[in-house]
Parts: sequence; C-alpha cells; structure tokens
Amino acid sequence: MSSITRQHNIQLWVRGIFAWLVALILFFPIFWMVLTSLKTEIQAIAVPPLLFFEPTLENYSIVQERSDYFKFAMNSIITSFGSTFLGLLIAVPAAYSMAFSPTRSTRGVLLWMLSTKMLPAVGVLMPIYILFRNLGLLDTLTGLTIILTLINLPILVWMLYSYFRDIPNDILEAARLDGATVGDEIRHVVLPLGIGGIASTALLAIVLSWNEAFWSLNLTSANSGTVAAMIASYSSPEGLFWAKLSAASTLACAPIVMLGWVCQKQLVQGLTFGAVK
Amino acid sequence: MKPLLARLLLAPSVTLLLLWMIVPLSMTIYFSSIRYNLLYPGENEFIGLLNFEFFVTDPAFIPSVINTLILVGSVLFITVVLGIALATMVNAAFWGRGIVRVLLISPFFIMPTVNALVWKNMMMHPVYGVFAWISTTLGFEPIDWFSEFPLFSIILMVAWQWLPFAVLVFVTALQSLDQEQQEAARIDGATGWDVFKHLTIAHLSRPIAVVIMIETIFLLSIFAEIFVTTGGGPGYDTTNLAFLVFSQALMQYDVGVASAGGLFAVVLANIVSLFLVRMIGKNLDL
Repeated sequence: MSSITRQHNIQLWVRGIFAWLVALILFFPIFWMVLTSLKTEIQAIAVPPLLFFEPTLENYSIVQERSDYFKFAMNSIITSFGSTFLGLLIAVPAAYSMAFSPTRSTRGVLLWMLSTKMLPAVGVLMPIYILFRNLGLLDTLTGLTIILTLINLPILVWMLYSYFRDIPNDILEAARLDGATVGDEIRHVVLPLGIGGIASTALLAIVLSWNEAFWSLNLTSANSGTVAAMIASYSSPEGLFWAKLSAASTLACAPIVMLGWVCQKQLVQGLTFGAVK
Repeated sequence: MKPLLARLLLAPSVTLLLLWMIVPLSMTIYFSSIRYNLLYPGENEFIGLLNFEFFVTDPAFIPSVINTLILVGSVLFITVVLGIALATMVNAAFWGRGIVRVLLISPFFIMPTVNALVWKNMMMHPVYGVFAWISTTLGFEPIDWFSEFPLFSIILMVAWQWLPFAVLVFVTALQSLDQEQQEAARIDGATGWDVFKHLTIAHLSRPIAVVIMIETIFLLSIFAEIFVTTGGGPGYDTTNLAFLVFSQALMQYDVGVASAGGLFAVVLANIVSLFLVRMIGKNLDL
C-alpha cells in the first residue's frame, strides 16, 4: 500500500513540476515584455539578454509624453465599456425571451446569430468604410462603438442565453402566479439570479472589445484611436526602441490582463457558452 | 410570457444583426460588380465579373487561400493536441495550481498587436531576440524567423495566444470526468493509454467541438498579427485572405476588387461554418 502511495506522490510531484514549467514557458514572453519595459534602450538590446539590472520607469513617462497613452486608453475605455453597455441593453431582452419562452425557431435563430459572427470582417470592410465616410463616422468614438456592439452581439446573446437557461423555470412560474409583470420578473427574478452571468458576459465583451484590432486599425486614426492602434504605430521601423515599445505594450495590456486574472474561470466558461462545465 | 412580447424583446437583436448582415453584404455585392477605385472617382460603370477575374488572377490569390487554410488548420491542430496533453497533465492537485492557472491563461488576454510586436522583436529577432540567444548558447546559428519561416512564425504566435484558451476549456471539462469509471477501467486491466483513448477523449468530444468552433471564428480573420509583423511578406508568404482584401482596399484603393475578394472570404467562411454549425449543433443541447 505504502509503495503505491509513494508512487502516487511522486507522480503528483512530477505533474506539478511539469505544470509549473509549462506555465512559466507560456508566460515568459509577457514576463520578458514587462522586464524590458524597465530597462534602458541599451540594456534592452544587450547580448546576452540582461536578467539583472537597475530598473527604471523612464520609458513609461516617455511613452505618455510621446503618444499620449491616457488619450488612447480613454478611447479604449469609452468604446469597450460603451459597446458592452449597448450590447447588454439589446442582448439581455433577446436572451431572456429565448431562454424563457422558446419557440420552434429559437434554435435556428441562435445558430443564425452565431453564423453572422462567421461573416469575415474583410467581407464588409469596404461598405462600412464608405458608409462611415459618408456619414462622418470615420475616426469617431461613436462609429467604433457601434461596430464593436454589432460584432460582439451574437456572443453576448449566446452567453446570456446559456446563463439564463440555468435559472429554474419554477421560480418564474411562481412569480407569475403571484401576479408579477414581465418587468417585475426581469427586475426581481432574472436580474438577481442572472447577475453573475451578466457580469461574466460584460467582462468578456470588454476584453474582446479592448483587444479588437481589425476595425480599430481600419476605422480610426488620430482622433479615436484605441490602445490597439497606438501599439500598431510603434511597429514602424524607426529603429529599435524596445524598452519604450515594451512600456507601451505593458500599459496597453495591463488593465485587461488583470481583469482577466480576476475572472478567468467565468470567462472561459462563458466563452464556451456553458457547454463545458 | 405572451408570444408577442417575446418576439418584441427578441426583435432588436434580430433586426440589428439582419441589418448588419444584409446592408454591407449587398453593398459589397454591388461594389464588386462596378468599377470603383477611390483614385478615379466618377468612373463607376458596371463591369460584370471583371473584379472577380482581377482578384482571382492576382498572383497573391492562390497563396492567400492556401495560407488562410494552413494558418487555421495548424493553429487548431496545435492548440487542440497540446491543449489536451497539457490539460491532462495539469489536471491534478499540486502546489500552486491557482497561480499556474493564472500564468497559463495570461497570453489569451494579450491584445494581438502586442503579441505580434513582442514575438517579432523580443523573442524572434535574429540578433537581439531571446531565441537567437538560446541558439547561440547551444552552439547553433540564430534563425531569422520572419524571413526564413514567416508563416510558421505567425502560426507560433497565434498558437501561443490560443493555447491557453484550449487548455483551460479542457481542464474545466476534465474536472467533470467520472473518476470511478476510470478506476473501474483500470481495475479491469485497462492501461493508462486505454483509459485516455476511450474515456478521456470521448468525454472531451464536446469541448473539442466548442474549442474548434470558437477558435475558427477568430482565426479565419487573423489580421493584426500579420499587419504588424510581416505585412503579408516576404512575397506573399504570409498573406491570408483578410490581409489580401485589406491591401487591395486600403493600399491600392480598389474598392471593386476588394469587394470581390471580400465576397470570396465570405464564401470560404460559409463553407467552413457550414461544417462547424452542424458539428456544434449536434454537440450543444439547445
């Protein structure tokens, strides 16, 4: 018996070490990015790469000075929070309706919604670009917010639907028997019970919008550029400014990565539409 | 709830998505049949299928279709296979599991433009990159990744971004795997490999379907990683359909040809999604 336990223990140890190793390797590029952002430009391109040095925060102030990080970050915050709010406003009623009074077409509608997500953005880039140009929406926060709302809508509906479906119908029936109106139902039953799901959905929408690059790169420039666009501007071959690039990148990712850390479990569960539990 | 009210609540979503699908798509179809170059305004006569001919005979066309499929296929393969392997390894109680999970998922939250720049510069740079340093230390010549293996480099970057997602989905799924069933199988003389093949993989079929579907949606339109690193080159080695359409439209200002290309991308995506929707429809109980 004891030898089996010991074997089991060793196996656990090996697994643990292996898991740590893989996690550290996968995390390494991020660690390296943050480390580089604390170096001087000369230290950043030292061969062999420096692991120990006197850290400096200089790059961060230079990035802020040069490309006005706060403005881009503000644009990102406005568009991702704005589109998430709008998206929830439209998606919650839809998911509520499909989860609590499904019809024969519900399944078809859901699959159709998801299929619009498979419509490649490039397929509609030109019309949107020209429509936006004619409507004066190019390079505006309003324009980008509208686009982000639309591209995330199918995922929001799906996620909310799968969360709402888990709310027992009996509770709703009971509320109805007590004479609750639909408004009461949503306010007193669905929102309190589904608030966790709604929060996860909102978080995922914020992450997706924050990291969205195709539309931000093609529809915005100086005025309404998001952090994704700001980072892309650092790709121009002006030379090797890795320390500053790293500082800008760290700033661009930090808010979302930290948000992701806090709620990774919900995000993954949400993104699989509750199909994996 | 009254059926009318249910429809009313559903209406905004459906209407918006319908508009989002139909308006731009019909405009794309219209643009694809006329001469429409932003550099020559006013000359918008009907030219039938000429734009399609231009797009399809573009020397970048065939490579871009192949690259798109290779990119999607390879990343799916890497993330699913490695994802299952890692998930089975990580799926045990060990010291610091919470931290390991946090570290593992992090790449998923890094925005594509940053991912691309970090890999291009700090990892894969032939002189100052970490990979170059590792090669030199081990006594090999450093590799100039983006000129020698451009498409592979892009695949590596994108796989790095999506592997965490796959791992976490599989880990989550494995936690609901029936332990007693596994032990029973072991007692009946099944080897670890048997258990893995017949029980684990069977249990993972739905998560695999979900991972493939979600990833494909995002992978078909990979753009930022290419835009930031290789610009589609060298030659057309890393041009995928999304990037080709982009370069026709916003670099050569040819809306007509770009629209034709966009339609082509839509058709390709539909073929792929036809399979996916079938698969997912079967695997998700609605």
